[in-house]
Amino acid sequence: MTKRYETVFILTPVLSAEQVKETVVKFKKSLKDAGAKLKHEEDWGLKKLAYPIQKKSTGFYHLFEYEMEGEGIANMEVNLKRDEKVMRFLTVSLDKHAIAFVESRPQRKK
Amino acid sequence: MAENTSEIRYLTPPNIELTREKYCRFQKNRIKYIDYKDEKFLLQFVNEQGKLLPRRITGTSLKYQRKVSQAVKRARHLALMPYVADMLK
Repeated sequence: MTKRYETVFILTPVLSAEQVKETVVKFKKSLKDAGAKLKHEEDWGLKKLAYPIQKKSTGFYHLFEYEMEGEGIANMEVNLKRDEKVMRFLTVSLDKHAIAFVESRPQRKK
Repeated sequence: MAENTSEIRYLTPPNIELTREKYCRFQKNRIKYIDYKDEKFLLQFVNEQGKLLPRRITGTSLKYQRKVSQAVKRARHLALMPYVADMLK
Protein backbone atom coordinates (compact mmCIF):
# COMPACT_ATOMS: atom_id res chain seq x y z
CA MET A 1 0.00 0.00 0.00
CA THR A 2 1.31 3.39 -0.86
CA LYS A 3 1.37 6.19 1.60
CA ARG A 4 1.90 9.91 1.37
CA TYR A 5 5.20 11.19 2.68
CA GLU A 6 6.88 14.50 2.97
CA THR A 7 10.61 15.02 3.24
CA VAL A 8 12.38 18.23 4.08
CA PHE A 9 16.12 18.41 3.87
CA ILE A 10 18.72 21.11 4.42
CA LEU A 11 21.77 21.40 2.18
CA THR A 12 24.97 23.13 3.22
CA PRO A 13 25.25 26.79 2.26
CA VAL A 14 28.75 26.29 0.82
CA LEU A 15 27.28 24.88 -2.40
CA SER A 16 26.78 26.96 -5.51
CA ALA A 17 23.30 27.33 -6.98
CA GLU A 18 24.18 24.77 -9.63
CA GLN A 19 25.36 22.19 -7.14
CA VAL A 20 22.16 22.64 -5.17
CA LYS A 21 20.11 22.05 -8.28
CA GLU A 22 22.23 19.03 -9.09
CA THR A 23 21.70 17.38 -5.71
CA VAL A 24 18.00 18.10 -5.79
CA VAL A 25 17.72 16.51 -9.20
CA LYS A 26 19.73 13.56 -7.96
CA PHE A 27 17.38 12.98 -5.05
CA LYS A 28 14.40 13.40 -7.27
CA LYS A 29 15.78 10.71 -9.51
CA SER A 30 16.50 8.37 -6.63
CA LEU A 31 12.94 8.88 -5.46
CA LYS A 32 11.59 8.05 -8.89
CA ASP A 33 13.79 4.96 -9.04
CA ALA A 34 12.34 3.83 -5.74
CA GLY A 35 8.91 4.01 -7.30
CA ALA A 36 7.70 7.21 -5.74
CA LYS A 37 5.16 9.46 -7.35
CA LEU A 38 6.21 13.04 -6.78
CA LYS A 39 3.22 15.16 -5.88
CA HIS A 40 4.75 18.44 -4.99
CA GLU A 41 8.07 20.11 -4.61
CA GLU A 42 9.13 23.26 -2.85
CA ASP A 43 12.30 25.23 -2.75
CA TRP A 44 12.50 27.54 0.21
CA GLY A 45 15.88 28.86 -0.80
CA LEU A 46 18.61 29.93 1.55
CA LYS A 47 17.19 30.25 5.04
CA LYS A 48 18.65 31.21 8.34
CA LEU A 49 18.85 28.36 10.85
CA ALA A 50 17.50 28.80 14.34
CA TYR A 51 20.75 27.35 15.69
CA PRO A 52 24.03 26.45 14.01
CA ILE A 53 24.37 23.01 12.43
CA GLN A 54 27.88 21.87 11.57
CA LYS A 55 28.98 25.42 12.33
CA LYS A 56 26.82 26.81 9.55
CA SER A 57 24.14 29.36 10.25
CA THR A 58 22.24 29.09 6.97
CA GLY A 59 21.06 26.33 4.69
CA PHE A 60 19.13 25.55 1.51
CA TYR A 61 15.77 24.08 2.40
CA HIS A 62 13.99 21.75 0.06
CA LEU A 63 10.75 19.86 0.35
CA PHE A 64 9.43 16.84 -1.51
CA GLU A 65 5.96 15.47 -1.21
CA TYR A 66 5.32 12.07 -2.73
CA GLU A 67 3.43 8.83 -2.65
CA MET A 68 5.42 5.69 -2.10
CA GLU A 69 5.62 2.21 -0.63
CA GLY A 70 6.78 2.33 2.96
CA GLU A 71 9.71 -0.05 2.45
CA GLY A 72 11.54 2.37 0.19
CA ILE A 73 11.75 5.06 2.82
CA ALA A 74 14.57 3.53 4.82
CA ASN A 75 16.62 3.20 1.66
CA MET A 76 16.04 6.78 0.71
CA GLU A 77 16.96 8.00 4.16
CA VAL A 78 20.23 6.09 3.95
CA ASN A 79 20.92 7.97 0.72
CA LEU A 80 20.32 11.27 2.46
CA LYS A 81 22.42 10.28 5.41
CA ARG A 82 25.36 9.25 3.28
CA ASP A 83 25.40 12.48 1.35
CA GLU A 84 27.54 14.96 3.22
CA LYS A 85 25.92 17.88 1.42
CA VAL A 86 22.78 17.20 3.44
CA MET A 87 22.97 18.69 6.89
CA ARG A 88 19.56 17.65 8.16
CA PHE A 89 16.49 15.86 6.89
CA LEU A 90 13.09 14.88 8.15
CA THR A 91 10.59 12.49 6.62
CA VAL A 92 7.04 12.58 7.83
CA SER A 93 4.16 10.39 6.78
CA LEU A 94 1.00 12.37 6.18
CA ASP A 95 -2.31 11.28 7.64
CA LYS A 96 -5.63 12.26 6.11
CA HIS A 97 -5.83 15.60 7.89
CA ALA A 98 -2.30 16.44 6.86
CA ILE A 99 -3.05 15.61 3.23
CA ALA A 100 -6.13 17.81 3.32
CA PHE A 101 -4.08 20.61 4.83
CA VAL A 102 -1.20 20.28 2.41
CA GLU A 103 -3.47 20.23 -0.60
CA SER A 104 -5.53 23.17 0.50
CA ARG A 105 -2.48 25.26 1.26
CA PRO A 106 -2.90 28.24 -1.02
CA GLN A 107 0.33 30.01 -0.22
CA ARG A 108 2.54 27.04 -1.06
CA LYS A 109 5.85 28.56 -0.11
CA LYS A 110 8.35 29.19 -2.85
CA MET B 1 -31.43 53.06 53.76
CA ALA B 2 -31.06 52.50 50.06
CA GLU B 3 -28.12 54.84 49.89
CA ASN B 4 -26.31 52.99 52.60
CA THR B 5 -26.63 49.64 50.95
CA SER B 6 -25.26 50.98 47.72
CA GLU B 7 -22.36 52.48 49.63
CA ILE B 8 -21.63 49.18 51.28
CA ARG B 9 -21.69 47.43 47.98
CA TYR B 10 -19.26 49.98 46.67
CA LEU B 11 -16.88 49.36 49.54
CA THR B 12 -16.69 45.65 48.95
CA PRO B 13 -13.65 44.98 46.79
CA PRO B 14 -14.81 44.66 43.23
CA ASN B 15 -14.03 41.42 41.52
CA ILE B 16 -10.97 42.49 39.56
CA GLU B 17 -9.98 39.17 38.08
CA LEU B 18 -12.80 38.05 35.91
CA THR B 19 -11.62 34.64 34.87
CA ARG B 20 -12.14 34.28 31.19
CA GLU B 21 -13.20 30.90 30.00
CA LYS B 22 -10.29 29.05 28.43
CA TYR B 23 -10.86 27.13 25.25
CA CYS B 24 -8.95 25.01 22.83
CA ARG B 25 -8.36 27.09 19.76
CA PHE B 26 -7.98 24.04 17.54
CA GLN B 27 -11.34 22.63 18.48
CA LYS B 28 -12.97 26.01 18.21
CA ASN B 29 -11.56 26.77 14.78
CA ARG B 30 -11.76 23.18 13.57
CA ILE B 31 -8.06 22.92 12.85
CA LYS B 32 -7.20 19.30 12.32
CA TYR B 33 -3.55 19.44 11.43
CA ILE B 34 -0.76 21.48 12.96
CA ASP B 35 1.97 22.23 10.49
CA TYR B 36 5.54 21.95 11.73
CA LYS B 37 6.76 24.17 8.88
CA ASP B 38 4.88 27.19 10.18
CA GLU B 39 7.29 28.34 12.86
CA LYS B 40 5.58 31.71 13.35
CA PHE B 41 2.39 29.98 14.39
CA LEU B 42 4.16 27.56 16.69
CA LEU B 43 5.86 30.45 18.41
CA GLN B 44 2.59 31.06 20.24
CA PHE B 45 3.02 27.79 22.11
CA VAL B 46 6.49 28.34 23.52
CA ASN B 47 7.84 30.74 26.07
CA GLU B 48 10.76 33.15 25.65
CA GLN B 49 13.23 30.35 26.18
CA GLY B 50 11.70 28.25 23.44
CA LYS B 51 10.13 25.82 25.88
CA LEU B 52 6.66 24.44 25.33
CA LEU B 53 3.94 26.20 27.29
CA PRO B 54 1.71 24.01 29.43
CA ARG B 55 -1.88 23.33 28.53
CA ARG B 56 -2.99 25.15 31.63
CA ILE B 57 -1.81 28.42 30.10
CA THR B 58 -2.67 28.01 26.44
CA GLY B 59 -5.93 26.17 27.09
CA THR B 60 -5.25 23.62 24.37
CA SER B 61 -7.00 20.29 24.73
CA LEU B 62 -4.91 17.21 25.38
CA LYS B 63 -5.43 15.81 21.91
CA TYR B 64 -4.09 18.93 20.26
CA GLN B 65 -1.42 19.60 22.83
CA ARG B 66 0.18 16.34 21.75
CA LYS B 67 0.09 17.49 18.16
CA VAL B 68 1.49 20.88 19.09
CA SER B 69 4.39 19.29 20.93
CA GLN B 70 5.06 16.94 18.01
CA ALA B 71 5.06 19.86 15.58
CA VAL B 72 7.36 21.96 17.77
CA LYS B 73 9.80 19.09 18.08
CA ARG B 74 9.84 18.58 14.33
CA ALA B 75 10.38 22.27 13.76
CA ARG B 76 13.29 22.19 16.19
CA HIS B 77 14.89 19.31 14.37
CA LEU B 78 14.77 21.23 11.12
CA ALA B 79 16.26 24.32 12.78
CA LEU B 80 13.09 26.29 12.18
CA MET B 81 12.82 26.83 15.91
CA PRO B 82 15.57 26.86 18.51
CA TYR B 83 16.00 24.16 21.12
CA VAL B 84 17.25 26.71 23.59
CA ALA B 85 16.84 30.43 23.27
CA ASP B 86 16.85 33.63 25.19
CA MET B 87 14.50 36.55 24.56
CA LEU B 88 12.64 34.77 21.80
CA LYS B 89 9.73 37.21 21.95
